[in-house]
Amino acid sequence: MSTPAPRTGEQPTTHTPVGLVAFAWALVGVPLAYGLYNTIKAASALFG
Amino acid sequence: MAVPAFLARDRIVAKPGFNRWLIPPAALAVHLCIGQAYATSVYKTALVEHFDASLTAIGIIFSIAIVMLGLSAAVFGTWVDKNGPRAAMFTSAVFWVSGFLVGSLGIYTNQLWLLYLGYGFLGGIGLGIGYISPVSTLIKWFPDRPGLATGMAIMGFGGGALIASPLSRQLMNWYDPNYDPAVAGTVPSGNAVAGLFLTLGLIYLVFMMFGAFIVRVPAANWRPDGFDPSTVKAKSLVTTENVSANNAIRTPQFWLLWTVLFCNVTAGIGILEQAAPMIQDFFREGDTSTVLAATAAGFVGLLSLFNMAGRIVWSSTSDYIGRKPIYMVYLGVGMVFYVLLATVGSTATWIFVLCAAVILSFYGGGFATVPAYLRDLFGTYQVGAIHGRLLTAWAAAGIVGPLIVNGVLDLQGTPGQLVAGDYRPALFIMVGLLAVGFVANLLIKPVAEKWWEPKPTDVPTAAAEPERSNVR
Repeated sequence: MSTPAPRTGEQPTTHTPVGLVAFAWALVGVPLAYGLYNTIKAASALFG
Repeated sequence: MAVPAFLARDRIVAKPGFNRWLIPPAALAVHLCIGQAYATSVYKTALVEHFDASLTAIGIIFSIAIVMLGLSAAVFGTWVDKNGPRAAMFTSAVFWVSGFLVGSLGIYTNQLWLLYLGYGFLGGIGLGIGYISPVSTLIKWFPDRPGLATGMAIMGFGGGALIASPLSRQLMNWYDPNYDPAVAGTVPSGNAVAGLFLTLGLIYLVFMMFGAFIVRVPAANWRPDGFDPSTVKAKSLVTTENVSANNAIRTPQFWLLWTVLFCNVTAGIGILEQAAPMIQDFFREGDTSTVLAATAAGFVGLLSLFNMAGRIVWSSTSDYIGRKPIYMVYLGVGMVFYVLLATVGSTATWIFVLCAAVILSFYGGGFATVPAYLRDLFGTYQVGAIHGRLLTAWAAAGIVGPLIVNGVLDLQGTPGQLVAGDYRPALFIMVGLLAVGFVANLLIKPVAEKWWEPKPTDVPTAAAEPERSNVR
C-alpha cells in the first residue's frame, strides 16, 4: 500500500515527545512544589 | 533592531501536531526566575550591614528595578511582539543574569553603585522584557482559554518569590555557616550574599534559556482542535478585530483599564507592603502585640500563597464569567473586604487573615487577568506591546501605594506603637481608590471601529501580519 504524497504547500507534521512535555513540567513543577512546601510550613505558624 | 537568526520569530513557528502544553512551562521557566524580585527582603538587612548604608539606600535597588520593569515593558513591548518570545526570553535572561553578576561584583568589591547598575538597572530591564515575553504567545496558543494561559505564567511571577526566599536562606547558610535562618537576629555576611547572587544568576541562566529554546509560536492559521472562533465573537466586549499598540493608547478603553489596574494594584500593595507589622499592630495590647514575629512571618507567607493562587484561579474563572464581571468582583467585593478589615478586622485574628487573604487574591487576579482583558478589547495583533504600556500603571502604583500607607501611618504615630485604628484612614483611602477603579471598569465599552487594523483581505497583497491602519 503506497503512502499518499503530501499535497503541495502542506507543512510536514511534527510530534512533541511526551517525555519532553513531562520533563518541562517537572523542571518548573519541582521548584514550585519546594517553594509551596516551605511557604505552607512558614504559614502554619499562624495557626499553631 | 534585528536579532540573530537562531532567535528569529520565523525559526520558531510550530509545525502541525506540536503540543501546545509545552508553552506554559516555557513561560513559567522565565516567570519563576524573574519572580525573585519579590524576595529581596531576605538579604536586605545583610546588605545594610555590609555597605553600612541606610534601609532607604538599599531599598532604592528594588525601586530602580521596578521602575525599569515598567519602563522597559512599555518601551520594548513592540520589539517583543515583532521578534517573538524566543528573542525576548533570551534578551530577558541576558539582562536578568547580568544584573545578578554585576550585583555580585558590587557586593564583593563593596561598591553600592554597582548594585544599583546591576540588579536595579540591568536586572530591571530583564524583569520588564521577561514579564511580557510569553504573554501574547500564550494568548495565541490558547485562544479558547486565554485567562487560564496567562494566569499560569503570571502565577509563576508570584511563585518565584516562594522559591527564591527559602532557597536564598539555604544558600546563604552554606556560604556563611555563622548565619542560621532559624535563629532570629543572625545576619549573613556580605560575601554570602555575593555568593548567593552569583549562584542565583547561574541557576536562572539555565532555566530561562531552557524556556527560550523550547518556546514556539503557532502558525498564522492554527487553532486548537474543536475551537470555533465564532463562539468568541459572540461574547460581548470580545473583539475579533485588531488594534495596534500606537492606536490602543489613544483609546479611552486603554486609559480606563490603566486606571482599573492602577487602583487594584495600589490597594493590594497597601497590605502587601505593610503585612508583617500590620497584623502585629492590629492585635497590640499596650506595648506588646499578641501576634509573635514568627506568626507575622507566617502571615506574609500565607498572603504570598493567596497572591499566587488568585492569579491562576481568578484568571481562569474570567474565561467563564468574562473579564468585566471578574474585575467588578475584584474591585467591588474588594471594597467590602477592605471595609470589613478597617471596621472589624481587629476583633479576631481569623477575620483579619481572611480579609487580607481575599484582598491579596484579588490583587494577584488583577495582574493575571489583564492580558486577557486586553486581548478581548484590542485583539492579538500587538497585545504584548499594549500590555507592556499598561504595566506603567504597576510602576505608578508601586510608588503611590506605599506613599499612601506610610504617609498616613507617619501622621498617626511611631512604628511599634501603632494600633488598628491608626490604619483606618489608609484603608478607607484604598476603598475610595477601589471605587474609582470600579467605575472605570463599568465605563469600558468595545473599541470604536476607526481604531481597527485593516484585514489582510482588504489589501491587494496578502501580508503575514495586518498592515498598520491610517489612524495613528
